[in-house]
Amino acid sequence: MRQRLRRLDTTALVYIALVLVLIVGAVLVATTGRSFFSAGNIRDILTGMSVLGFVAIGQTLVILGASLDLSVPYVMSLASLIAAQTMDGSDGMVLPAVLLTLAVTAAIGAANGVFVTVLKVHGFVATLGMGLMLKGYLDTNYQGTEGSVPWSFQLFGATGIGPVPISTLLMLALAGLVAFVLARTSFGHHLFAVGGNAEVARLSGVRERLPLIGAHIGSSVCAGLAGLLLASRLGVGSPTVGSQGSYDLLSIAAVVLGGTVLMGGRGTIWGTIGGVAIFAVLDNLMSVMQFNPFLKDVIRGLVIIIAVALYARRRLIARRIRFAEAGPTGASAAGASAAGAGLTAAAEPAASPDPSPGAEGEPSPDRGGARR
Amino acid sequence: MTIQSAVAGRRPGDRIAALAARAIDPKGIVLVLLIVILIAIVALNPSFAEPGSLMRFLQRVAPVAVVAIGQYFVIVSGEFDLSMGAVVTAQVMTAGHLIGKDDAKTVPVLLLMLGIGVLIGIVNGLATTVLRVPSFIVTLGTMLVIHGGIMWWTGGSATGDPAESFRSIGRGGIDGVPVLELIPYAVLILLAVVLIGVWVSRRPFGRTLVAIGDNPDAAAFAGAAVGRTKTAAFVLSSLSATIAGILLVGYAGVHPSVGQGFEFTAITAVVLGGVVLGGGRGTVLGALIGALTLESLFTLLNFTSVPATMRDAVQGAIIIAAVAYSGVVFARRRRRQAEPAVESDASPTTSAGVSPSIPLTDGNEAGRE
Amino acid sequence: MRRGLSSAIGLVGASALIALAGCTTDPSVQPSGEGGGGEEESSQEWFDQELYDTQLAQRDIDPQGPEDKPYLQMIDPEMVDTSQFESAGEKKMCFANASISNPWRQTGWITMNEQLKELKDNGVITEMETRDAQDNDDTQISDIDYFISEGDCDGFIISPNSTAAITPAVERACETDKPVIVFDRGVETDCAVTFIHPIGGFAWGIDSAEFLIDNLSDGDKVVALRILPGVDVLEQRWAAAEKLFDEAGIDVVDHFTEGDPATIKKVVSDELAKSDVQGIWMDAGDGAVSAIEAFEDAGKDYPVMTGEDELSFLRKWDETGMTAIAPVYTNFQWRTPLLAAEMIFEGQEVPSEWVLPQDPITADELDEYLDRNEGMPDGHYAKFGGEDLPGFPEVWQDRVIP
Repeated sequence: MRQRLRRLDTTALVYIALVLVLIVGAVLVATTGRSFFSAGNIRDILTGMSVLGFVAIGQTLVILGASLDLSVPYVMSLASLIAAQTMDGSDGMVLPAVLLTLAVTAAIGAANGVFVTVLKVHGFVATLGMGLMLKGYLDTNYQGTEGSVPWSFQLFGATGIGPVPISTLLMLALAGLVAFVLARTSFGHHLFAVGGNAEVARLSGVRERLPLIGAHIGSSVCAGLAGLLLASRLGVGSPTVGSQGSYDLLSIAAVVLGGTVLMGGRGTIWGTIGGVAIFAVLDNLMSVMQFNPFLKDVIRGLVIIIAVALYARRRLIARRIRFAEAGPTGASAAGASAAGAGLTAAAEPAASPDPSPGAEGEPSPDRGGARR
Repeated sequence: MTIQSAVAGRRPGDRIAALAARAIDPKGIVLVLLIVILIAIVALNPSFAEPGSLMRFLQRVAPVAVVAIGQYFVIVSGEFDLSMGAVVTAQVMTAGHLIGKDDAKTVPVLLLMLGIGVLIGIVNGLATTVLRVPSFIVTLGTMLVIHGGIMWWTGGSATGDPAESFRSIGRGGIDGVPVLELIPYAVLILLAVVLIGVWVSRRPFGRTLVAIGDNPDAAAFAGAAVGRTKTAAFVLSSLSATIAGILLVGYAGVHPSVGQGFEFTAITAVVLGGVVLGGGRGTVLGALIGALTLESLFTLLNFTSVPATMRDAVQGAIIIAAVAYSGVVFARRRRRQAEPAVESDASPTTSAGVSPSIPLTDGNEAGRE
Repeated sequence: MRRGLSSAIGLVGASALIALAGCTTDPSVQPSGEGGGGEEESSQEWFDQELYDTQLAQRDIDPQGPEDKPYLQMIDPEMVDTSQFESAGEKKMCFANASISNPWRQTGWITMNEQLKELKDNGVITEMETRDAQDNDDTQISDIDYFISEGDCDGFIISPNSTAAITPAVERACETDKPVIVFDRGVETDCAVTFIHPIGGFAWGIDSAEFLIDNLSDGDKVVALRILPGVDVLEQRWAAAEKLFDEAGIDVVDHFTEGDPATIKKVVSDELAKSDVQGIWMDAGDGAVSAIEAFEDAGKDYPVMTGEDELSFLRKWDETGMTAIAPVYTNFQWRTPLLAAEMIFEGQEVPSEWVLPQDPITADELDEYLDRNEGMPDGHYAKFGGEDLPGFPEVWQDRVIP
């Protein structure tokens, strides 16, 4: 059993954690005399996933590239305002508004990317500074909610197939698209390589700047999509809607909760979606149980630390095994464990002298550093 | 500090050139920025230059500076401490909740607060080093837990401002001093923290910390107790947040929003001061200068007629510009260094005050910047 | 990841199929009656002359209702019939709260829960389910939708997090044909049975600015300490005050402080360093004490000041004997929604807009309010109006937050 657990990759572990949370949730909700799996409750959970999901998908990209994006809340607010103002209640303006929003957010992302790659500003500082600049712009130019979203666009946030909101499906579709890009395109491989070790990537002929700029554009555009969804749900644009949800830190927490390594180079989109789902289920559960709001934060904090500690602990075990079983016979086990291994420290497989030669050659698609 | 001895033996023309070189040095640029801002403040409001006003200014900077110095130890070891703001709030609320108007409780509660500070640091440190959770996540988690916990415990409202004896630490001072008029206790505490910080950073502990931040594996191979050293850094960090909390109880009073956002202020100050996120480079004095710069910028904006809403934008732009400047200069210098013919005086500044005995600087930095 | 990819493609494909098969709009979501695009009055400017005039007038109207129960008083009520909601038996209310993230809301939330305990004994309102949106519009919309579909609610109480954004969700709640009660901040629909609120932000601005103008002279400098931009309740306070200061020739500088006493003290100290300050205006009294202490530390005379009925300010005011007034954003309004719900289920008439009195605390009344609230923590609000409730005073003293 332990052996089998070890072989599971982190993403699987995230979903095991999610299932555990779901079981606990179902039991606890049943004690209040309600059904956890009723349509309304499922819709509540999935709606809770949508906005954070969009943001977290983008955040995954930058974190894979060993950067961060702290500007997302302000990008979201700005996106909601641009969309609502451009639409201004008219159906015909929906498409131009969406395109304009995405273009503006892409430009912000490109600026972030240039700060990080060309000007060598750490992602934390660059996006914190960008966030402050956007906040200043929003505070100066908007004195409250503005614009108006036509009914046709409100459907984006309000329509569902049975209990499943369209917005959640779109979020999952985007996740699928991004997962595909990461797994199948050279952009994806290069991003993993740069995030794993920029120097090695450069020496291997990867242009280190472009993937990271691309990741930042992706992150801002995803935040822009989240802003569009919020505009659709709110019916107006709001200069504070992004910062209301602390989406910056929560999205980073969700990404790491999903098994992506904060140092970059390792992680999956589906893990992130699992992390987002854990948060959404937890929030739903605490709301149904009417927890004291202060206590909710305590529990969120504990879950973040404990869950990530469990993954990290497992990586540690896996790593020890790998050292012990090094050699051709251990190759397959090591290959599997290496998928989750490693990278608690700064070393990246492609860079560090890996004592397990079998693992090095294993064509694991997770390990962008090994593929070009 | 090596540069002074290098400068001393040369002709005056060289000395000016060296000073100029130092001003455009990534570390020097913050100092230049600070001086420019201070001059601008004095130009707008000459009374700022009076010794009394400067003392008041230092008193006001003290909490942020203390927090920045604490954050320095964590950041230079390659970690983050996002829980600082919550620790400040928690300590402020604890003081307000437990001391009340009873002077006799001042000392016991003070000790309790320091104990809480140490405990939080140990928890952050152990979770980072033993459980191997990235410190960004650990301290994000403890931030939520501490803030939620303190609000839950006090119901969001502490009893009230504590006894004057406690508040005087952050608010009072030694009166009637010639020239200075008043020496706030906060300034003395800041001075003590700076001296201790500089001393600690030059001890083997401080050097190990930088080495760990530079390359944890190499440091571990070299025999450094990575876990213990990092945990100690987290303890220093939350202790500094505790001291800032004590000062703020006096300076601002007890309120749940005191300390809000301090983690970002501290990190920004540290980064402005030339400390590199990801670890391995930076000085305590740099962190101090960063904090001074940030606070004087705030003051400058108060003195000018920049609309209240635009201040964040100005602050954000300056932060990016300052850090971009040092990033680009460092990168250029590294490139120049890589070429065989290196200018001889470029090398001592590259390590930016960090112990030059640490090898392995170059290749690894690229991955972190 | 390969597995992830195939499942992704599967998911996308499946959802596309389902979507083709039959896309259903959530039955609880309907376009608003007027058809969407009609709300062009979004606010670039917060000043609204009509609302200003109404609130200006309401300040001088004697409220109707029981003398000793200010939370049941009403100004200029237009009563509406509620007989359609009249029904016997035990009722469950669902409360979508914006947050309890500041001392004002915490105080009110404690009061509301004590009121609930009292009502439970009457056997009409026997249960209240609460969801707290933690200051997030999106969460509050979900909360309301959850109540509509799962809450098994007999009525809704909504304290909106923001005005325009929560409007569609409130409309959905109205469409359930159960009574909806909105209080504190408003929404852009009148579908709720009653909207409970004190007179409003303009009245606050008038009370505070007029006091400063009366006590200052032409050319005096006032520092305005504002929490943050973009919140309608706060912006209206400032809009009214700014207009009056303008007209009176008072020189006023405004700053945003996020309600942080440390920031407030720095801002006031810097303003004092520039030139003497004769007046302090605040859009909420949180952190007022640190503004006063900035004057003490700089060795300057106390300013003329407007704060709020938070005890920290009242105590400091009493201690220093400064010239001040405490405008009030009536905290006892947190009692009214549950009482209104009971009235509605009994079929009694309620006002469509239930305007509660909002009288500032003046120097004459200061001692009275300090006596009444002795032993309360600094973050408590003097006009909380719960003195007759069972938990008084321990529950408020100990800040028991459910």
